[in-house]
Amino acid sequence: MSAALEVRGLTTRFETRSGWVTAVNDVSFSVSPGRIMGLVGESGSGKSVTGFSILGLIDKPGEISGGEVLVDGTDLRRLSPDALRRMRGRRVSMVFQDPMMTLNPVLRVGDQMAMAVRVHDRVSKRAAWERAREALEIVGIPAPAERLKAYPHQLSGGMRQRVAIATALLHRPSVIIADEPTTALDVSIQGQILAEVRRLADETGTAIVWVTHDLAVVSSLADDICVMYAGRIVESGSAGAVIAAPRHPYTRGLIDSVPSLHPPGTPLPQIPGATPQLSHLPSGCPFRPRCPRATDICATEPPRTGNAHMALCHHPLTEEVPA
Amino acid sequence: MTLLSVEGVSKRFSKPVGAVGRLLDRITGENSAATVHALTGIDLTVDKGEVLGLVGESGCGKSTLGRIVSGIYTPSDGRVTLAGKAVARSSGGNVQKLTTAVQMIHQDPFASLDPRMKVGETISEGPRLHGLWSAAESGDRVRALLEQVGLEGAYANRLPHQFSGGQRQRIAIARALAMEPDLLVLDEAVASLDVSIQAQVLNLFLDLRKRLDLTAVFISHDLSVVRHVCDRVAIMYLGRVVELATAEDLYAAPAHPYTKALFASVPTLGTGRAAFQPIKGEIPSPLNPPKGCAFHPRCPFAGPRCKTEVPALKPGDRGQVACHLNDGGTGAEEIAA
Amino acid sequence: MSDTLSPEGATLATPAAAKADSRATRLKNFWADFSRSPVAVISLVVIVLLAALSFGAPWVTPQNPYDMASLDWMDAFLHPGTEGSGGYVHLLGTDNAGRDMLSAILYGLRTSFVIGLSAGALALMVGICVGLTAAYFGGRIESLLMRIVDLQLSMPAILLALVLVAMLGQGVAQIVLALVVAQYAYFARTTHGAATVERGKDYIEAARSTPLPTRRVLFRHLLPNVLPPLIVVATVQVASAIALEATLSFLGVGLPLTEPSLGSLISNGFKYIHTDRTWLSIYPGLFLMVTVVAINLVGDQVRHVLDPRNQR
Repeated sequence: MSAALEVRGLTTRFETRSGWVTAVNDVSFSVSPGRIMGLVGESGSGKSVTGFSILGLIDKPGEISGGEVLVDGTDLRRLSPDALRRMRGRRVSMVFQDPMMTLNPVLRVGDQMAMAVRVHDRVSKRAAWERAREALEIVGIPAPAERLKAYPHQLSGGMRQRVAIATALLHRPSVIIADEPTTALDVSIQGQILAEVRRLADETGTAIVWVTHDLAVVSSLADDICVMYAGRIVESGSAGAVIAAPRHPYTRGLIDSVPSLHPPGTPLPQIPGATPQLSHLPSGCPFRPRCPRATDICATEPPRTGNAHMALCHHPLTEEVPA
Repeated sequence: MTLLSVEGVSKRFSKPVGAVGRLLDRITGENSAATVHALTGIDLTVDKGEVLGLVGESGCGKSTLGRIVSGIYTPSDGRVTLAGKAVARSSGGNVQKLTTAVQMIHQDPFASLDPRMKVGETISEGPRLHGLWSAAESGDRVRALLEQVGLEGAYANRLPHQFSGGQRQRIAIARALAMEPDLLVLDEAVASLDVSIQAQVLNLFLDLRKRLDLTAVFISHDLSVVRHVCDRVAIMYLGRVVELATAEDLYAAPAHPYTKALFASVPTLGTGRAAFQPIKGEIPSPLNPPKGCAFHPRCPFAGPRCKTEVPALKPGDRGQVACHLNDGGTGAEEIAA
Repeated sequence: MSDTLSPEGATLATPAAAKADSRATRLKNFWADFSRSPVAVISLVVIVLLAALSFGAPWVTPQNPYDMASLDWMDAFLHPGTEGSGGYVHLLGTDNAGRDMLSAILYGLRTSFVIGLSAGALALMVGICVGLTAAYFGGRIESLLMRIVDLQLSMPAILLALVLVAMLGQGVAQIVLALVVAQYAYFARTTHGAATVERGKDYIEAARSTPLPTRRVLFRHLLPNVLPPLIVVATVQVASAIALEATLSFLGVGLPLTEPSLGSLISNGFKYIHTDRTWLSIYPGLFLMVTVVAINLVGDQVRHVLDPRNQR
């Protein structure tokens, strides 16, 4: 089966006072139709910038400096700005953390969803409303016809996020990029949305990239996981394998930091230090100063690897550290 | 020994309606003088050396309760006392805090430190103004506190923007400890931190608790964090405590349907794909809470009694539960019978 | 918790960022951003130059144009570039009393700066007090103070200043007072707006819940954080104070003719605008315009640099 989304060597950098800073560094992954890929990382890991870069949504002082983004085999990076705009919302769409990024506060939900339909398809207004109603039904909104007449502020946060997801679904895109869409929501509402999204991917065959900081969310939602650190993917593989048997010491540290895996009141294993500044990355492997397994080679050579369950590490957890 | 006592505390916020608003109400026949019942009849105690967790979703009133305990708000009804003395009083519309013995740690360390004040002054201004420290010893005390929370003493001369989120939260903890409080209120204190940094700050809290015999109210939406650091936990829903039990009992056997549903909605590591069952329905607005038990529209066990009668918090098998199932039935049984 | 599009988010989350970032480097960064606009830099140079010349007027000008004894009727209406009886060239000509125009303009500019700066500074202080009090205490105090401010802002400043000067009489102190009354409202509203935002932030709540005395919260925590937008308003208000003073003097209600002022110089020259003696009004007008525009351009760039959306 060919991939719905294939990213190869994507690199995005920003110009700052201290020179160019690479926020996304040679990132490659692919997502097949109907699969959910969890892109996990902490603040500053470059996970959100990766999401934005896929859609070409990088403005000055930033630029996408390399790589390919193939959606159904079409390289978005080679398209003209006009052609790219026609792809967005149609073949590939985005859901933001704050649904109000997508929703216009002064328009009724139905009007703006119908507008989103008519941007790409020449259909009557009535038909567009009908499409919007169907989309709301798909994401599990009760009484969709009434919700269409509401203004965004009349809806709860969870309902707005569902509307944003429904809007992203209007043109049945091959790929949806979702950037921390449930982070601002309550757990009970997050649970509902995760269940709907899982069902959506299975039923519609949409490939979803779920950008989040929350390992627990991806472990219960995603098929595959990519873990990002300092702009690079340091580990990728199937969700089960990465969570159950992480190979990269950073992933191991992240999983160990979750309190529910330890007896109450006991000290948690912690990753020492903090995320490095992108403009002052350590030489060799960027995780080296915080890594319990680091050796001399980690200081000099950046690790390279690539297989099914890959870890960007000189000493992945499946082998002994050389003495 | 009971240190903090919260007795019958309610808090209502009402939106002031001006002359124009009243006129519009006359014309439209609506009533815009909306009152939010943020808290209703809260009774809680915290013993010396205990950590009480307050857990709930948005609108449950946990942060409002934290602010009342911290003396930032005063309750509309009821009273809050620390070792028998009132925490704050209201005078002419303004709240006057009466004690320095309760200190609060906020959620967002990027907002809770004055961006234009050096860290050393941020920590020392409270104790200096309250006469706890003399000017001469201030420098040493700041250095000692910074080291106690795992930072270098030399950081005192820096501004907050030079620190990461985790480091800032350590500074906020140092600021609170500087006042030598009897009670700490932590309002989602680790919620905005990255997982790896969250573990560091939780470890610091556990360590300080052991060394300083801290008493704390720990507010969080994160069930796994609460389980890790709290002795007792109060589960809140729409302004009321629905379940109160020791952390051990609560996590072993949640009794209230909401607590059970909450546990079932939380995705956890290693349970695999979509193993959780979300609660149905939305969280009702505190502006217009459901009659009877506030949880009844979402509750799979709700009966006729739940729609009319508010369940009281009563002792259950373990801990206390506010549910008719625990108190003579929901009324559904009679219909079934 | 999510990272932002700008890698600055990453900068904040690192211990490396905790390396010495002193006031000096922040100033250096400010200058680096400021100097991105050549127009603003030129404007700043022009302001500094004009200020230096005008405050050094007694030493750089060939005559004191407001010392009647040094004036010679024989030198009246000399064209720019003509040598007068004093044995030096009148670069910008002389007026009907034989005053060297360049000297008169520099003396007038000095008055402009003095009035603009002192009115701006006083209005800033009054405005800060009104705005902070309103924002911090809220309720009735806030409504009362801000309604007065709104009322004043709905009236043209020049009208208010005219009425006040008519009541107070002529003189530097009177004009400054009139300008402060006319202009404090801008500062009050800006302070109030910024302080209302800051008041809701956690660090203010943290300070109040310590508890710290109200005065300390107001002046040590709230005030320093509302200053940046006020700096921008202050530059613009200094420029408009200068323009207002010139307007009042032009209308003859500001400074008396015996005091140096660009407004009265223009007014005086205006009488001869239909003759060929246009230099009498054009040069003072030109200096006034350049000064006001330059200050506004600098203020604009400061606003641009301080705007968090433009931070890099």
